[in-house]
Amino acid sequence: MRRSSPCDKERAFKEKMRPILMKGHERPLTFLRYNRDGDMLFSCAKDHTPTLWYADNGERHGTFRGHNGAVWCCDVSRDSLRLITGSADQSAKLWDVKTGQQLFSFKFGSPARSVDFALGDKLAVITTDPFMERTSAIHVKRIAEDPEDQVSESVLVLESPNGRKRINRAVWGPLNQTIVSGGEDAVLRIWDAETGKLLKESDSEVGHKNTITSLTKSADDSHFITGSLDKTAKACLWDMRTLTLLKTYVSGVPVNAVSMSPLLDHVVLGGGQDASAVTTTDHRAGKFEAKFYDKILQEEIGGVKGHFGPINALAFNPDGKSFSSGGEDGYVRLHHFDSDYFNIRI
Amino acid sequence: MANIDIDSRAAQLGIDWSQVNLDSIHLPPGEDFGIQSDDEGVYHDDQLEFDTGFGNIIVVDNLPVVPKAKFEKLENVLKKIYNQLGVIKENGLWMPVDPDTGVTLGYCFIEFNTPQEAQNAKEKTHGYKLDKSHIFAVNMFDDFDRLMNVKEEWEAPQTKPYVPGENLQKWLTDEKARDQLVIRSGPDTEVLWNDPRQKNTEPVHKRPYWTESYVQWSPLGTYLVTLHKQGAAVWGGADTFTRLMRYQHNMVKLVDFSPGEKYLVTYHSQEPSNPRDASKVEIKVFDVRTGRMMRDFKGSADEFSIGGPGGVAGASWPVFRWGGGKEDKYFAKLSKNTISVYETETFGLIDKKSMKVDNVVDICWSPTDSILSLFVPEQGGGNQPAKVALVQIPSKVELRQKNLFSVSDCKMYWQSSGEYLAVKVDRYTKTKKSTYSGFELFRIKERDIPIEVLELDNKNDKIIAFAWEPKGHRFAVIHGDQPRPDVSFYTMKTAQHGGRVTKLGTLKAKQANALFWSPSGKYIILAGLKNFNGQLEFFNVDEMETMATTEHFMATDIEWDPTGRYVATAVTSVHEMENGFTVWSFNGKLLYRVLKDHFFQLAWRPRPASFLSPEKEEEIAKNLKKYSKKYEAEDQDVSLLLSEQDREKRKALKEEWEKWVMQWKSLHEEEKLERQNLRDGEISDEEEDDEEAKEVKEVEFEDVIDVTEEIVQE
Repeated sequence: MRRSSPCDKERAFKEKMRPILMKGHERPLTFLRYNRDGDMLFSCAKDHTPTLWYADNGERHGTFRGHNGAVWCCDVSRDSLRLITGSADQSAKLWDVKTGQQLFSFKFGSPARSVDFALGDKLAVITTDPFMERTSAIHVKRIAEDPEDQVSESVLVLESPNGRKRINRAVWGPLNQTIVSGGEDAVLRIWDAETGKLLKESDSEVGHKNTITSLTKSADDSHFITGSLDKTAKACLWDMRTLTLLKTYVSGVPVNAVSMSPLLDHVVLGGGQDASAVTTTDHRAGKFEAKFYDKILQEEIGGVKGHFGPINALAFNPDGKSFSSGGEDGYVRLHHFDSDYFNIRI
Repeated sequence: MANIDIDSRAAQLGIDWSQVNLDSIHLPPGEDFGIQSDDEGVYHDDQLEFDTGFGNIIVVDNLPVVPKAKFEKLENVLKKIYNQLGVIKENGLWMPVDPDTGVTLGYCFIEFNTPQEAQNAKEKTHGYKLDKSHIFAVNMFDDFDRLMNVKEEWEAPQTKPYVPGENLQKWLTDEKARDQLVIRSGPDTEVLWNDPRQKNTEPVHKRPYWTESYVQWSPLGTYLVTLHKQGAAVWGGADTFTRLMRYQHNMVKLVDFSPGEKYLVTYHSQEPSNPRDASKVEIKVFDVRTGRMMRDFKGSADEFSIGGPGGVAGASWPVFRWGGGKEDKYFAKLSKNTISVYETETFGLIDKKSMKVDNVVDICWSPTDSILSLFVPEQGGGNQPAKVALVQIPSKVELRQKNLFSVSDCKMYWQSSGEYLAVKVDRYTKTKKSTYSGFELFRIKERDIPIEVLELDNKNDKIIAFAWEPKGHRFAVIHGDQPRPDVSFYTMKTAQHGGRVTKLGTLKAKQANALFWSPSGKYIILAGLKNFNGQLEFFNVDEMETMATTEHFMATDIEWDPTGRYVATAVTSVHEMENGFTVWSFNGKLLYRVLKDHFFQLAWRPRPASFLSPEKEEEIAKNLKKYSKKYEAEDQDVSLLLSEQDREKRKALKEEWEKWVMQWKSLHEEEKLERQNLRDGEISDEEEDDEEAKEVKEVEFEDVIDVTEEIVQE
């Protein structure tokens, strides 16, 4: 951990907080997800096989084989029995976590970009990319209790008003009443999950200025944080009535991934220089650092270096005592916080 | 449609025409269904071109009085003269004749296409000698009215009440003795106070699209110049930035002030349509205060570039080098084989001719005196040696000259108070395959200008950078091989050796490629820009010790504030990320950072020279403790206040957040049942013992630490 806020007090914590390097993917990481108990970590990468790890020691538990393209996103049910994944092979698949067997496959005419289980795990929201003449869309699927009964029909399909721009993330609002989406057009939208009506759009004055790359809910679903290529992350009041901007965290580099500590008032941003420019500059130029900010004061409190490429995914363990980051370099780095982290005072 | 048609159509449709009230029918606004209106007013769309006055007519008097036979000849002569100055309108020349005799009356009227042409023709031909007895008297036709109405009796002109001008130097009277800086980022240009006590900047003036390319301070800091399509403008004022003057110069690209900021030089170059042609260059010199153009220079780029045609595309800026100290007396231009020195009294060449110096490639003014140094490279394959010479202006007397042999290149560096001139000489080795460098040091202020030769300890070292200490007697050199060159310090004056250059010391293997002396001397930053990624070493030359080593990653620019108290390092938009600037104290302590995307430029507002005599300054330096007490106390107060404010702000933020969380929590509580229903009645753990978990937190930390340490030990 690097403390950066009081400049003269800058110290290197490298020796103390040694991360566990998890090398199981051959391609860049795309997404990380802990289950609710915090003992399992699911990772998605561009190499077609989502992987399950023990969240404590980083040992690999198993893989989910069946996708035929990069896997962009996943979500795990509350009881940790089901996994849903969205992939560039134009499908979203349901898996049995215990056996690693594929239970069902939703077919789309375009790559599935993001997936999210609703409260109660009876619904899932899946977004698809603009592809050929198809526009980007949000699909709501009913998830059957028994996989035998599973049907592929959508309950609801939402078309983005700016359909040629990709929707990067869609998640459920409180009580499954709304769906929140964000994507390349830099606008956050709140939809009615029943009727599909567009309820609210974010104010372009205060909102993001460039592609929204990531959107993560707080542990208690009260608010969410979004990261954008415009080099800021913003936390927004997660309220279907207001969509008010609460906080902004300026990172100075494009933000690919965001996460919030469930335990302390901390947010962490990951990203860095675009991967295509990495080879042309000094490795330190990329700023491939997970930056920690005080959530309330919006001040940077430290950073964790280590990745040899942009950070694409970040996730906090639900207990708030460890976090993991996934990079363009194909590694997952699992960090257990040291005592210094919990004693940070600014 | 004829009326009959209408009637028949109405009959067809079964409409009783007489009962239709035509007035009640209105067309929707802005729609005419293609029906032409017969309203009178509409036909006046084609505006007639009205003569807006007689501003384009001039009256030429004192013409020869000629009989009818010679009328045509005179007319042709006049046409010939005036056609050169503008386009005369068709039948625009009218020379009245005596109706009885047919003899001309000795004057004529000429109408031009535009008032500008008329004005120009008037200025150019007033006083034109056609022959001895006929000197043209040219007036604008419009002026006649005014001149006719002159009152017989002289009236004393009214004295306008004196309006005091704005105090253009008010920023110098800042109570906290702060300095200003200008930054450009994105579309915005901002002037800010550097407030190191508050560890932040305080805005002074901000304006989007203030300039179309860049901004520049005048050398004494009075004006900020902005560039626009139509020309340049200067801004300044007591409290805010108002436009003080404009200088018309279409598509101006570069500007330059004279050192005393009396004159502004603007530059514009036109790319040629044929790439083989040289581009056209136009340079104008303006008086800053009145806005009057004093002189303009036009020509092809070749005439303004150094090294003759085929060398550089466009001119190397500044084309005109200002000399003669702060009085702005002279400016010089280098072109092929000539040095043209102009003086600002007449804006003409000194002695009306340029200096012929064969093959001269570089000139350099002394910063304080009107002495010009020039460099002529070797000629005829070494038969004629290279030469560095000092020339006194305006007398053009050569004060000193030195011939140099087997020279490949020379660079001249003046010390800021004009006491010394260092010439870096690159010489060929015997094989002519490589070069080595040395210095020729001129002591300008001493009798006969003695020259001293300095060679580095290792003659073969490449010289990467050289810099004089401002107002001082020392200089620093970066020499040796990349990536870890050495830095050496020399002094021209020591207590033991009055007039000999002495080495003070060498720092081995530094990651530096640029030198930045503090404007007040003594301190220097050894900077590693570009390949070195922004390594900074703050060095005290008096004590020969490093004060701080730090880094501003990827820094592209470094600039000291005019007082030498603070340094700004910036990452400009040549890099994509982490754009913005950082302000440091002179000893390398980081004060604050400002991040700005698309950061283009940072420039401190210069200060005029101090009025204090050197003795007085020395006295102050001696009694610094006495003076600094007051400021230290102030600093203390501010930092206390600041931490207080900071605490308040944080408290407010926390409270605001708590409030929001509480509000949301109550909502969350209300929805508890609904949530349970969605989960088939399962109660969330978090909701069961929300309060408990909070209390346990502190204890939990302890546990965690133990666990992690065990892992590390494994």
